[in-house]
Amino acid sequence: MRKAVRELGPPLVGIAGLILVWWIAAALTSSPALPTPATVWSAFLRGMRDGTIPEAAFKTLIRLLFSFAMAIALGTLIGVGLALNEFARRSIRPLIVALQITPFIAWLPLAVVWFGATERAVVFVTIVGAFPSMTLATMSAMRQVPPLLRRAGRTLGAESWELYRFVIFPAALPGYVGGLQQAWGFAWKALMAAELIVVAAGRVGLGQLLARSQDDVPTLLAALGVIVVIGVLVDYLIFNRLDRRIRRRRGLLIEG
Amino acid sequence: MSEAARTLPRDPRPFEATPKLSVRDLVSTRRSTSGERVTAVDGVSFDVHVGEFVCLLGPSGSGKTSILNILAGLDVLTSGSVSLDGAPITGPGPDRAVLFQEPALFPWLSVVANIELALRLIGVGTAERGARARHWLENVGLSGFANVQPHELSAGMRQRAQLARALACDPDVVLGDEPFGALDAQARELLQDEVQRVWAEHEGRPKTFLFVTHNVREAALLADRILVLSAAPGHLIEEIRIDAAHPRQLDDVLVARVVTDVHELLMREVDKAGPS
Repeated sequence: MRKAVRELGPPLVGIAGLILVWWIAAALTSSPALPTPATVWSAFLRGMRDGTIPEAAFKTLIRLLFSFAMAIALGTLIGVGLALNEFARRSIRPLIVALQITPFIAWLPLAVVWFGATERAVVFVTIVGAFPSMTLATMSAMRQVPPLLRRAGRTLGAESWELYRFVIFPAALPGYVGGLQQAWGFAWKALMAAELIVVAAGRVGLGQLLARSQDDVPTLLAALGVIVVIGVLVDYLIFNRLDRRIRRRRGLLIEG
Repeated sequence: MSEAARTLPRDPRPFEATPKLSVRDLVSTRRSTSGERVTAVDGVSFDVHVGEFVCLLGPSGSGKTSILNILAGLDVLTSGSVSLDGAPITGPGPDRAVLFQEPALFPWLSVVANIELALRLIGVGTAERGARARHWLENVGLSGFANVQPHELSAGMRQRAQLARALACDPDVVLGDEPFGALDAQARELLQDEVQRVWAEHEGRPKTFLFVTHNVREAALLADRILVLSAAPGHLIEEIRIDAAHPRQLDDVLVARVVTDVHELLMREVDKAGPS
C-alpha cells in the first residue's frame, strides 16, 4: 500500500494539476473549443455506451498488434543478421538508419498510391515507422554483449549456435527489450498518424474517430484521452515492468 | 599434509613424457591502438606437467596474459606452437577451464544455474546437473547462495562461484588470469587456501594449474614452479622450483625466502624497463 502511494502518488498529483489548470482555463474562456473536463467525461461515457469508443479502440488495437508483431519480427531478423555479418552491416545499416530518420508519415502518400486508402496502407506505414528502430536496437544489443561473457562461454565449451542460445541472446535481452519499448512508441505514433489521414480505411479506429470529431470537441478530447491512456498503460504495464524486472535480476537497476 | 603424501610428479616421468601443456618458441604480436606492431611475447618455451601448479610471474606488459589466452584458445599466436597433451591447441574447450580476473558469471542466471549451464554445455544430463552443481557450491563454501544472483555476491564470493563452475566441469587444466588480482587481502587469502585445497584433493581428474599473476607472494604460496617473465617484450628469465608441501603459509621459511628472491629479481626487471 505504502509502496503504491509512493509510486503512484507523484504522477497522480501531476494529472490532478493538469485537470485543474484545464478546468480553470475552460471556465475562464467558456468557448466551445475548450470544453470542461466534466463535458469531456460525459462525452467519453456516451462514446462508451453507444460503442463508438470501444469499437474504435478495438479496431485500432488489432491493427497495432498486427503491425507491431510484423515490425518486431522484421526488426529482430534483420537486426540479428546485421549483428552477425559485417558486410551486411556496412551495406544495409545506412539504409535502415535513413529509414529511421525519415518521418514515417512521409511514406503515407506512396502507401496510398500502392495500396489505395486502405487498411494495408495504414499497416504499411506503421511497420515502416516501427521496424527500423527495432532493427537497430537488436543489432546494438547483440554487439554490446561484453566480450568477457563471450569468452567465458567459449571456454565453457559453447560453440557457434550454443554460444548464441546460451550467452549472446540472453546477454542482449535488456537492450532488446529497450528496443521493443521504443518500437512500441514509434508504432503507436505511426498508426495514429496514418489513421488520422486514411479516413476511408475499413472500420473506424481511434485516429479516424479523432479526424471525424472536429466539430464535436468533447468527443475529440475523449478519443485523444483514450489514445494517451492506451499508449501510457502499455508502455508502463508491459515494457517498463519487463525492463525493470530484467534489470533488477541482473543488478543493473539503480533503485530510487 | 606431509611431503610424502603428495603423489603428484615433480619431474616428467618416462611414462608421462608428454607434458600436459607445451609452449614452444611462442611469439605473439598485436596491433596497438596507434597501429604499430607490438611484440607482447618474444620467444617463450616451457612445459607444464600433469598435476603441476605453475605460476607465470611478470611485470605488467610482460605478455603473461597473452600466453594464457593463447593456451585457452581464445587468442591466436603469431609464431611458435602451443599444445595440450601433444596436440596443437586450435580453440577454446571445456578441457581447459579459465578463471578470469573479473568473474565471468552470467548475470541473468543464479549462481547454481551458472554451474548447471556449464555442465549442460559439456553434455551432463539434466538429472545429474543439479546435484553436481550443489556439490561444488558446497565445496567452495557457497551452499547457502545457490539461488542468489551473481550481483548479490561479494567479489570474493563471485570468484568462488567462478571456481566452482570451473571445477564442476572436471577440466584437465585450470588457467587463471590473475583471478584474485582484484580482491581485497582477506578474500584473496581465503581463495588461495581454497585453490591449494582443491588442487591437492584433485577430485575427479588430476588438475594441472597455470596461473598468471604479478603477485610474488601468491606465486610462492601456490606454485610448484614459478616462471618469471621479463619486462616487455616478454621472455623467460628465471625458473624457480619450490619443493614445499601444500598447503603452505606465507610465513613458511621457504615461501618467505622465495618471495624475497623473486621480488628482487622482478624489481631489477621493472627498473630495466624504465619509467612507464
